[in-house]
Amino acid sequence: MASFGLLSLLVWLPILGGIVVLAVGSGAGGESRRWDRWIALTVAVAVFLLSIPLYTGFDTTTWSMQFVERMPWIPSFSIEYYLGVDGFSMPLIILTTVLTPLVMIAGWDVIKARPAQYFAAFLILEGLMVGVFAALDALLFYVFWEAMLIPMFIIIGVWGGERRVYATIKFFLYTFLGSVFMLVALIYLYLQSASYSILDFHQLPLSHPEQIAIFIAFFLAFAVKVPMWPVHTWLPDAHVEAPTGGSVILAAVLLKMGGYGFLRFSLPIAPDASGSLAAVVIALSLVAVVYIGFVALVQEDMKKLIAYSSIAHMGFVTLGFFLAWSIQAGTGNLPGIAMGITGGMVQMISHGFVSGALFLCVGVLYDRLHSRRISDYGGVVNTMPVFAAFMVLFAMANAGLPGTSGFVGEFLVILASFQANIWYAVLAATTLVVGAAYTLWLVKRVVFGPVGNDRVAGMSDLNSREFLVLAIAAAGVLLIGVWPAPLVEVMTATVDHFVQHITTSKL
Amino acid sequence: MALHLAIVLAPLAAAIIAGLFGRWIGRSGAHCVTIAAVGASFLMSVIVLLGQLEPGALPQNETVYTWLVTDGVRMEIGFLVDRLTALMMCVVTFVSLMVHVYTIGYMHEDPGYQRFFSYISLFTFAMLMLVMANNFLQLFFGWEAVGLVSYLLIGFWYTRPTAIFANMKAFLVNRVGDFGFLLGIALLLASSGSLDYATVFAKAPQIAQQTMEIAPGTTWSVMTLACILLFVGAMGKSAQMPLHVWLPDSMEGPTPISALIHAATMVTAGVFMVARMSPLFEYSETALSVVLVVGATTALLTGFIGVVQHDIKRVVAYSTLSQLGYMTAALGASAYAAGIFHLMTHAFFKALLFLAAGSVIVALHHEQDIRRMGGLRKHLPVTYWTSLVGSLALIGFPGFAGFFSKDALIEAVELAGRAGASYASFCLIAGVFVTALYSFRMFFLVFHGKERLDEDARHHLHESPLVITVPLVLLAIPSLVIGWPTIGATLFAGYFDAAIFVMPGNDVLARLGSDFHGAGGFLLHGLTGLPVLLSVAGVAAAWYLYLYRPAVPEAIATRVAVLHRLLVNKYYFDDFNEKVLARGARLTGGALWRFGDVAVIDGALVNGSARLVAWAAAIVRLSQSGYLYHYAFAMIIGLALLVYWTLGGV
Repeated sequence: MASFGLLSLLVWLPILGGIVVLAVGSGAGGESRRWDRWIALTVAVAVFLLSIPLYTGFDTTTWSMQFVERMPWIPSFSIEYYLGVDGFSMPLIILTTVLTPLVMIAGWDVIKARPAQYFAAFLILEGLMVGVFAALDALLFYVFWEAMLIPMFIIIGVWGGERRVYATIKFFLYTFLGSVFMLVALIYLYLQSASYSILDFHQLPLSHPEQIAIFIAFFLAFAVKVPMWPVHTWLPDAHVEAPTGGSVILAAVLLKMGGYGFLRFSLPIAPDASGSLAAVVIALSLVAVVYIGFVALVQEDMKKLIAYSSIAHMGFVTLGFFLAWSIQAGTGNLPGIAMGITGGMVQMISHGFVSGALFLCVGVLYDRLHSRRISDYGGVVNTMPVFAAFMVLFAMANAGLPGTSGFVGEFLVILASFQANIWYAVLAATTLVVGAAYTLWLVKRVVFGPVGNDRVAGMSDLNSREFLVLAIAAAGVLLIGVWPAPLVEVMTATVDHFVQHITTSKL
Repeated sequence: MALHLAIVLAPLAAAIIAGLFGRWIGRSGAHCVTIAAVGASFLMSVIVLLGQLEPGALPQNETVYTWLVTDGVRMEIGFLVDRLTALMMCVVTFVSLMVHVYTIGYMHEDPGYQRFFSYISLFTFAMLMLVMANNFLQLFFGWEAVGLVSYLLIGFWYTRPTAIFANMKAFLVNRVGDFGFLLGIALLLASSGSLDYATVFAKAPQIAQQTMEIAPGTTWSVMTLACILLFVGAMGKSAQMPLHVWLPDSMEGPTPISALIHAATMVTAGVFMVARMSPLFEYSETALSVVLVVGATTALLTGFIGVVQHDIKRVVAYSTLSQLGYMTAALGASAYAAGIFHLMTHAFFKALLFLAAGSVIVALHHEQDIRRMGGLRKHLPVTYWTSLVGSLALIGFPGFAGFFSKDALIEAVELAGRAGASYASFCLIAGVFVTALYSFRMFFLVFHGKERLDEDARHHLHESPLVITVPLVLLAIPSLVIGWPTIGATLFAGYFDAAIFVMPGNDVLARLGSDFHGAGGFLLHGLTGLPVLLSVAGVAAAWYLYLYRPAVPEAIATRVAVLHRLLVNKYYFDDFNEKVLARGARLTGGALWRFGDVAVIDGALVNGSARLVAWAAAIVRLSQSGYLYHYAFAMIIGLALLVYWTLGGV
């Protein structure tokens, strides 16, 4: 296909929209003009509506790429403008297009300084994120991947909290350092295959040492993004300093880039190395689930607590992805592998909604009291009963209650990990207790109890704007929890083919 | 199918209406819609039960929708309706209906009226999903959903620090059980490839042949491991030691839910689950022995604690723990039907006792300490007589509902030949005396003797309104008579044949049934047995100690102070959990965070490398001298090297 198609529209419309908003928006002086944010929201909603055909028109029977757009970009290096989606990337794109309008509504009246630039940054970021998920050319992917850091960097650096400079630099260095190695690996793969097509990389025969080197290079990039223990410490700082919208996008979409990277690059390009090193990745994932769970328990800052909880939840993603080889070795057959990978994917989507919603909840509180400290709250339910209902719902989803989206992924990953090794399942299942402990203790201290202090007594309940945002998130959480089949169906063909691919040795 | 769906969805719809639109439909709107829905559910459940009682009625196994399909495993939402399910549906909806009506009176001053009705209807939905499940996924959904509603209801009065502590504790302790439960489900899926009851049960003989190595050198039977893991879940939900600690604290919730959730229905979910899983448990002698010993231990030890409690609701709560132990022990003896039979009779008389306790509490304007009660017989006649019925049923007084179920259960355990059976039957028989002692201690202290009320309570003293007394009477009737018509059918006539599987060699009820000649004969036989003697002795002891010579208990307490302290401190389980486990978890978290994240990763590695870079940059900065000829010189050298590499290297 030579013409621009739907995916290009989803990439470039928000970027162009962002540029327009920047152009017409108020300058640094900051007198607020309503219509710049209206333009931004209109574009974001339009992008969401345009992304719906991606789901409805998706062929669930095939694993091959759909909505493909392919044309030469820099022919001398055979770099192409090559976009397409499969069952892994499509749900993540929808997640992105759903959440971007939500963060805009959430930031509607709250952002006082440079609102036009704020909304423009999110639009541009949205386009770049869609680009990351849709790119099938490795260099195009890399361009989106790095470019995405810039708006995020600006969002934290300009609209962030007191220690935003430290957090931004830490965030930038961590992720940038990881990506540099990825670039080296991509160039090596290009030299071997004379193509930048990621799908060609998948078919490229590689020796075991080559695979190991490539796997490690990718691993550094993706492990930082997920983030996996022990390269996770940028996340709590970044979350704490980021404005609410930044935290939401960071947790909901940016972290998924790491998990997506494993599926798109590490596992299919270096399946034998992945198999050799799977035990290490599983160990790190389980450390994330258990260790980080305990760390989350003692946090005094709401955002930090949710950030740590994110790391623990993302541990399930990497755990689910890397179970394949121990299941194959243990049972001699493949059932269980697809369940782990599906579980990891569902966990990513679910985590996008749940952690995003929890950060929105913290934002609602922060807008009222300008504090993130748990001890500054208490008995919020007395003055904000509607908010409390939402908060309890999202907390329960975070604790993996069946009927909410948080359960689905964890359930599948625990079931699959049992087939690999009972102790993986035992350690992963500790989240049932530890995850519930830190979440419910947070709820107990913030939401329940007698009114904590005079400032809490003066808090007003959700306004209709906040209600709308949380209600949409709640609908997503409940829908996926009660009926995950529509989400799982779109990835089944992709997952099944993927399992075949990664369990076939390249040696 | 449509009928089953309606039974489940009616309470859910009512819960949503009362919960989301409570402000618009008002108080009476909320209770009308929920009572209508639960009432309809009850009537439809009766229809289902009658349908199942027809000769030749088959269990109905049906799928509602597919939750998801992955890896060839189809996870569904569906119903399995057989006689076991139908009985549970009737018990759940009937008690729920009574509690709904009662709540109108009990909560009429409460600002959270609509919210309360929404929660209890939601609970009814969740409990029905649990008992009607035809697969492990839905079972787990119902299992956790009732836990959620229990959490919300224990913390209903959310401004009370004790209530919001208790609800978190309840949820977390239940989660410890669910941890085992989920692993058990995972093991069954791994060994059978399905989450459907029917498929898993059909493969039970093959699963029983499998073994697995959980650590090098230790081989376990898969079935034993799976059953024990499932039972850990039951221990959480049905509050068996040592996971019983949450139930007494759950009394922080309003009394109607103590009756509905923490006595009659939710806490019996574990008992129901084990009975439902009888096709699995029957293949593991070891697991059944574990069930038997845990149940019997709980039955006796928690009964002792009931003797030293002063809070009226807590006495009833400890009695619930003890009775749950009885049911569990019956399961462990392969007398599943006896466990379920006791579950049913217990649901009636324990709901009655809680609601009666609630009636006393309302009458005394929220006084719960039995030391400040006494002599209420003449002021609260309906409550008095219904309490008497409930207490007699609880202690297994001949002819009352509890007599039939408990006596059958104890005899079944005596006949069970498996490891731990003699220990268990000792615990259960001794427990009969303890049950009678704590029950009538409370009964005498509340209704007889001197009035020890304070002024405020005396001022408010009045018999409760009809919405409270009518449910009491309606629950007293089955507590009194339900045993007569049902014992023969449920235990000995094969009522549960299609639902509960018992190995021929394990079938103690069949052996018991060979001597069974009707309820009257069973009664006469029971009159000569040790349990009846012990229960009468318990009542007599209670009369002597708490009415005739009230100074004696004090003296005994000081004489055996160590023992008394042990009981008052509830065997120090709470202290251990709070001071060792909870504190340990916080200390671990703090240590991992401060040492691991802050000191090592961030301090040494991340900021350390940043410092290293800064140091290196300071050196490199020396080369940036600002003199043009330095740069020019460096460029020339660089260019020369580049030329050498590109040309000379070829």
